[in-house]
Amino acid sequence: MIEVKNLSKRYGEKLAVDGVSFVVHPGMVTGFLGPNGAGKSTTMRMIAGLDRPTAGDVVVNDRRYRSCRAPMAELGVLLEAKAVHTGRSARNHLLALAQTNGVSSKRVDEVIDLVGLRSVAGTRVGGFSLGMGQRLGVASALLGNPQTVVLDEPSNGLDPEGVLWMRTMLKSLAADGHTVFVSSHLMSEMAQTATRLVVIGRGKLMADTTVAEFIARASASTVTVRTPEASRLRELLIAPDITISAGQPDVLHVDGLTAQHIGTIAWQAHLPIYELTVQQASLEQAFMELTSDSIEYRTTTSADPHTETVAS
Amino acid sequence: MTATLEPAPTPIRPDHHGLRVTQLRVIRSEWTKFRSLRSTLYTLLLAVVFMIGLGALFSGIQAGQAQGFDPGQTATSASLTGTFFAQLAIGVLGVLVITGEYSTGMIRASLAVVPARLPMLWAKLAVCAGAVFLTMLASSITAFTIGQLLLSGKHLDASLSDPGALRSIIGAALYLSVAAITALALGAVLRNTAAAISTFVAVFFVVPPLTMLLPASWTDHFVQYLPSNAGGMLIDGTYGVAHPLSPWTGFAVMCAYAVVLIGFAAWRLRRADA
Repeated sequence: MIEVKNLSKRYGEKLAVDGVSFVVHPGMVTGFLGPNGAGKSTTMRMIAGLDRPTAGDVVVNDRRYRSCRAPMAELGVLLEAKAVHTGRSARNHLLALAQTNGVSSKRVDEVIDLVGLRSVAGTRVGGFSLGMGQRLGVASALLGNPQTVVLDEPSNGLDPEGVLWMRTMLKSLAADGHTVFVSSHLMSEMAQTATRLVVIGRGKLMADTTVAEFIARASASTVTVRTPEASRLRELLIAPDITISAGQPDVLHVDGLTAQHIGTIAWQAHLPIYELTVQQASLEQAFMELTSDSIEYRTTTSADPHTETVAS
Repeated sequence: MTATLEPAPTPIRPDHHGLRVTQLRVIRSEWTKFRSLRSTLYTLLLAVVFMIGLGALFSGIQAGQAQGFDPGQTATSASLTGTFFAQLAIGVLGVLVITGEYSTGMIRASLAVVPARLPMLWAKLAVCAGAVFLTMLASSITAFTIGQLLLSGKHLDASLSDPGALRSIIGAALYLSVAAITALALGAVLRNTAAAISTFVAVFFVVPPLTMLLPASWTDHFVQYLPSNAGGMLIDGTYGVAHPLSPWTGFAVMCAYAVVLIGFAAWRLRRADA
């Protein structure tokens, strides 16, 4: 469990994190979302005790991390790919970290197998790809089989197979009762992995909720209706609070009515329906709506909002 | 049995399996780091080569010169001349032990597993000092032996039982060990390889000879307190210092500089963001 209480961090003039409070619970994956520069990495560094908060407090598993006796059993962190000395082999890197807490060399070999780095364990880390670096980072986070795992952009640089592997691993950790806190700017990835979401923008907490609630709250669903009698159906549905827009001549996009309601009205009027689809707002859309005002590094042409959050 | 509203399963309590940070374990970890980098091994090897090779070279030159030793030099000091060149390699080694972690980002991984931080600094100092002392002791014994062998041709050689000989041999290793941890502390304070190495080289290698160009009337008051001149008193010979400190006083002065720097490094490590 991670408890973040009124956490703030100031770097010179810039307030990177501004009075953020939330709790990350065990037994589920909690996603940590925000545009670049929102303060995600800073918050995670403060959780790991690497940066000192300007104000506020972080408690990991009911303790202050800095005074933990067995830090590796409490918290495993992947803060950035390749926080590794490039001249050392992967195995020696992991062994050196493991020895500080008395983690056995057998466990080192175990995590090397777990992340699939056995064939390159003896080679120097300097030659690793971004994806291999991420796997090594995950291995170091899991060495002490920690109760709580904090991973900053773990899917960054992984190939599709690696992304799937990461998702499966995070879910199984959560299923085993671990606390899993994962940052990402890939909303689609979070939609498939996380149960809860913590969203920040410009250092401020914007949402602390479940994935389902987050989507529902941020955007109402739209129903797409395909019918040859589009103009007649439109007259039957039109009412205050309901917006109907037409795409093609035989398609209507209806906001403010359920699919059930539209189907019943059509049936009563004997209008044929070829398609009736609920367009659920994606997590991406919900996220964009919530954070559109808080994007730190805005591109000059803001035609496609996706480029703003995904560009790094 | 009480019902709970917690949606999540009860958290597993970490089974620590005997996991715990101890100073000894962190030292073991730092030893793994030390021995698993080529750069540390190469710089240490370079120091060995300087120590033995230059000791032999200077002893050989002395043996070739008919008129014996320069003022302030002895048979022992001639064979240990390599110390002052080995300190360059040793300084680089000490700096790299810590700045290598800052430049690669490794420091964040290291401190995340030892969040109390200071055990890591103590372990680095212990491993660095220990490794330097043992290799440099072996090197200075070798340098002395080879040097005296070369000087014996002219019957200029000293023996191990001569006054100051044993102290000089062990002293060379002690001097280099303290130089190493001074460099390490400099690296920890400056957190930058280039800045720390240049500072070390300036203080230990550039400033002492430069002071000889200044008027003796005022350099005579302080040159004996420069870290290299003070610590160097452990080794026979005075090297142009007008009022040399006694060997162990000089060494204590050198250690005092190291202690102050280490204190500053520890303070910075505790206080600052990694």
